[in-house]
Amino acid sequence: MKIHTLVVLVQDHPGVLNRAVSMFRRRGYNIASLVVGHTETPGVSRMTIVVESDNVEQVVKQLYRLVEVLKISDVTEDPVVDREMVLVKLHVTGQHRAEIVALTEVFTAKIVDVATNTMVIEMTGGPAKVDNFIDVIRPFGIKEMMRTGRITMVRGAKGHSGAELIDQAAE
Amino acid sequence: MSEKRTGAQILCESLIQNGVDTMFGIPGGAIMPFYHAMWEYRTDLRHILCRHEQGAGHAAEGYARSTGRIGVCIGTSGPGTTNLVTPIADAWMDSTPLLAICGQVSSAVLGKDAFQETDITGITMPITKHNYLVKNINDIAYVVKEAIHIATTGRYGPVLVDITKDALQATAVPDYSKKIFLPGYRPTITGSKKQIKAALSLMLKSKKPILMIGNGVMMSDASAEVRVFAERYKIPVITTLHGLGAFPEDHELSLGMPGMHGWVHANRAIQEADFLMNIGGRFDDRVTGKASTFAPNARIVHVDIDPSEIGKNIEVEIPIVGDARIVALSMLEEEPEEKLVAEFHKNAAEWLTYIRELQTKHQHKQQYLNRPDTSTMLPHDVFAALTKQINTRGNYRVVTDVGQHQMWAAQLLDWYKPRTHITSGGAGTMGFAVPAAMGVAVAHPEDTVWAIAGDGGFQMTNQEMIVIIQENIKNMKIAIINNGFLGMVRQWQELFEGKRYSGTPLTSPNFQKLAEAYGWTGITVESVDQIDAAIERAYAIDGPVLIDFRVEREVNVFPMVPQNKSIGEMITE
Repeated sequence: MKIHTLVVLVQDHPGVLNRAVSMFRRRGYNIASLVVGHTETPGVSRMTIVVESDNVEQVVKQLYRLVEVLKISDVTEDPVVDREMVLVKLHVTGQHRAEIVALTEVFTAKIVDVATNTMVIEMTGGPAKVDNFIDVIRPFGIKEMMRTGRITMVRGAKGHSGAELIDQAAE
Repeated sequence: MSEKRTGAQILCESLIQNGVDTMFGIPGGAIMPFYHAMWEYRTDLRHILCRHEQGAGHAAEGYARSTGRIGVCIGTSGPGTTNLVTPIADAWMDSTPLLAICGQVSSAVLGKDAFQETDITGITMPITKHNYLVKNINDIAYVVKEAIHIATTGRYGPVLVDITKDALQATAVPDYSKKIFLPGYRPTITGSKKQIKAALSLMLKSKKPILMIGNGVMMSDASAEVRVFAERYKIPVITTLHGLGAFPEDHELSLGMPGMHGWVHANRAIQEADFLMNIGGRFDDRVTGKASTFAPNARIVHVDIDPSEIGKNIEVEIPIVGDARIVALSMLEEEPEEKLVAEFHKNAAEWLTYIRELQTKHQHKQQYLNRPDTSTMLPHDVFAALTKQINTRGNYRVVTDVGQHQMWAAQLLDWYKPRTHITSGGAGTMGFAVPAAMGVAVAHPEDTVWAIAGDGGFQMTNQEMIVIIQENIKNMKIAIINNGFLGMVRQWQELFEGKRYSGTPLTSPNFQKLAEAYGWTGITVESVDQIDAAIERAYAIDGPVLIDFRVEREVNVFPMVPQNKSIGEMITE
């Protein structure tokens, strides 16, 4: 199945995430990743949804049925900036510390916590780079890890602000 | 307007301002403040006390489907609202404008498993067009306005408003002026002119065209426009279950119902057509049979107000998103070349003649009636008598339940006028007929409203019969097609499961006596020669009458397309 990235602007009402997720569940669509957060416009939230589907058009139409959905863009084919953050806690013994610090620099990651036997690294990048970083760091012994999921923005002038959509609707 | 009101008073005033005059419901703890306020507004806001919230919900659906206006039902928190779930799901599937008003526990105890607390907005999220949890008195007025707007525009559907008890009890100066602001909700009403032109030019190139009309034509009151369109181009018209009545069945262009229990000629016409325009139908699997085999030769145009219906079940060549009536009007504005139209007429006429020949070969409607031995009473005898008397007398509405009788009614009664056939289609909710007919009877006191049900479905909601007496409703009759089985399941067991009648034989009470216990007139009919007299008596009595038609037990609905087969493969006997 093809992987699609959808950027969805919604009204920031209680339950709106639940409505979107519930629709995916009941229609049997497969969410690979979903991130939601505030935008530049108060009252408008933005979701980046990565979905596996052979019929993304139908997914988009079903999402549009939700009253609070303002705009959906399928940016799969667009040039985009894709970012994801990961926090990794490693078991660290003295002998590996220098090697890990060097790798962290190569990936422009940050060491954000150092304790006697552990180290927490924060790393941000495109999904492939994050995958790559995790592969490289894994042999040192990962104790905990959390990825944020992907947030996406189209490069250049294309794209929508929440305010613009609200204004259009008010006309 | 500057005086303070309680939330409950604001709720009443908002409902009245938004055109509500009738509500069906049952009170309880959390919703009591609303009932307290309702008393002041009772001349403008009629409340009909039902016996089960499911009955209230279906009654509101009947009211809505027969009028096109919002139907309102009320339940208290907890079980009061969970009992509304079935009618809400039914309204969702059949695009019925329904407003469900629910009492909720006070906001202070919300989320703490308080007495009669249920997360009804969570439960109904997948089966409502939208829903609200209102915790603040200042939200009541515009939420009601917004909810009714959403339910009655675009593709109609159910909206639920859950209001906490403290919001109903609080007092505030109401503000009814706040405008609806729904930036994410802007239904497309006008069809694209370009698509409409393309659809017409595609149609005019075809030799075997079919026009299929469904619920959308009913809901947007497009019957007249669609008829003019069909007549102008002389296209044969197929009416789906929810389209019955949207095009008169005695019209020379009418082919009747398609699908699982549709007519052989209608299904064959679809399978042989080279062009099919579906207005306001959603290509339900009961219409299409196995979707990949549906209308294999046809180039398809789909007119629907909901873009998500287009391409969902059947791939189409030309989608037109818009309201059925507005799109039909736009199609009528088009003036294609006379020469093309004349050629099209010629081909369409040959095509219609061909379909009529098919119809003569596969004539089911009358064959049972011409049988030599009428010592047993078939459902067909009952429906023949009903359609004759119903149509002769006029001013009627028919509400059917779900199962064999529903299909016989669709097939064997004659449908001429929109909103005269009301049934539970998409959800297939047994127990729909009696309460929904009550809602129709309330909305149309001038019409005789027939609820037709099987002995199974009837027993799921017959408690609502007493509401008819309490409310002094005189214009409702019930016909039970009583065959002592859950008949449609039994039919499948007979045809596909070696007659293993597991869980289908059904013992019933004496329905005549049951009717009398409720204060209705009850009649039992056991043979063909009693049918006419019973129906005549039902009409002669100015009040509710129930007729128990004890028909032959093991009769099947034919024609039939087995599940997931092509509609070209019909079992006819």
